[in-house]
Amino acid sequence: MNILVNGSPREVPEGTTIAQLLNQLEVTARHVAVEVNLELVPRARHGEHKLHEADSLEVVTLVGGG
Amino acid sequence: MSTSMHVPDSRLPEGDPPRARDFLQIGTHRLASRLIVGTGKYSSYELMGEALALSGTDCITVAVRRERLIDSRGENILDFIDTNRYTLLPNTAGCFSAEDAVRVARLGREILLSLENPGADWVKLEVLGDTKTLLPDPIATLQATELLVAEGFQVLCYTSDDPMAAKRLKQAGAVSVMPAGSPIGSGQGILNPNNIRICLEYLKDGDPNYPVIVDAGVGTASDVTIAMELGVDGVLLNTGIAHAADPVQMALAMKAGIEAGRLAYLAGRIPKKLYATASSPETGTIAPKPR
Repeated sequence: MNILVNGSPREVPEGTTIAQLLNQLEVTARHVAVEVNLELVPRARHGEHKLHEADSLEVVTLVGGG
Repeated sequence: MSTSMHVPDSRLPEGDPPRARDFLQIGTHRLASRLIVGTGKYSSYELMGEALALSGTDCITVAVRRERLIDSRGENILDFIDTNRYTLLPNTAGCFSAEDAVRVARLGREILLSLENPGADWVKLEVLGDTKTLLPDPIATLQATELLVAEGFQVLCYTSDDPMAAKRLKQAGAVSVMPAGSPIGSGQGILNPNNIRICLEYLKDGDPNYPVIVDAGVGTASDVTIAMELGVDGVLLNTGIAHAADPVQMALAMKAGIEAGRLAYLAGRIPKKLYATASSPETGTIAPKPR
């Protein structure tokens, strides 16, 4: 199925969870926060939250800022 | 207290010696340093780490941005920050609406919760009007403050130096109002000290411990000192250190500037007078006075 991750299209298997996606993306789970369709999904739910066709995700981290 | 160290009691909490009890309290957070330093725009993370350490700060701001998914081996700032040493203050920089600021604040909180950093419950709210001036949008800032306070955030509010806006933000529940000295990154210093003074008067009226922080526009150490001499509780800066020719040296200068300004404020400066007052005795001179 097709989803959007940080504005870019991406194909993932049906039933992929957020935790599985983060694993694929090789990001450190502790260092990121995830929004699905504008709603924050807490890290504790990443393992159970299954993604759906056309979901739009934001995967954000901390960067330098003032 | 000895007469040689005459600190007006009304300006410090009772108890310990003046320096020991001179911490910065913002909401439930107690900071040892009155300098809050941003982590943006350093030429390297190593340089940033060194500058932060020498600035004496125990609170640093960070921004929330999309993870760079293409370059998965890219460095992450979190690998260069000791999150046990610093309280992180996540900002909502880059937001132009209250809704987006709330989203970013939630995302920042989520990451800080994962990091088990005490900064998870507060946010530096920044809702901007446009990219040219980076001036705050006062209406959206007020709306976002109300929304975030309702969600339990301790909101530190970046605003202009307008005393009325400052007053409204405090009424909306901001734990600190942070007027800009001048536009973000401009290095113009404190452009309107009179407005900062009125902000202080209004925000601290009947609430002398309410923290007011000058955020933005500081270019060099004397700007920091001027802000502190006005009686603000702290200064938040980033570019002034990060873009100095020698950021590490400037971090030391900013630290000294904070201390000089704070001590001068506590000491109570002499009033400015039009004419001179002699420091040496005017009597007993061997020379006749001119007529």
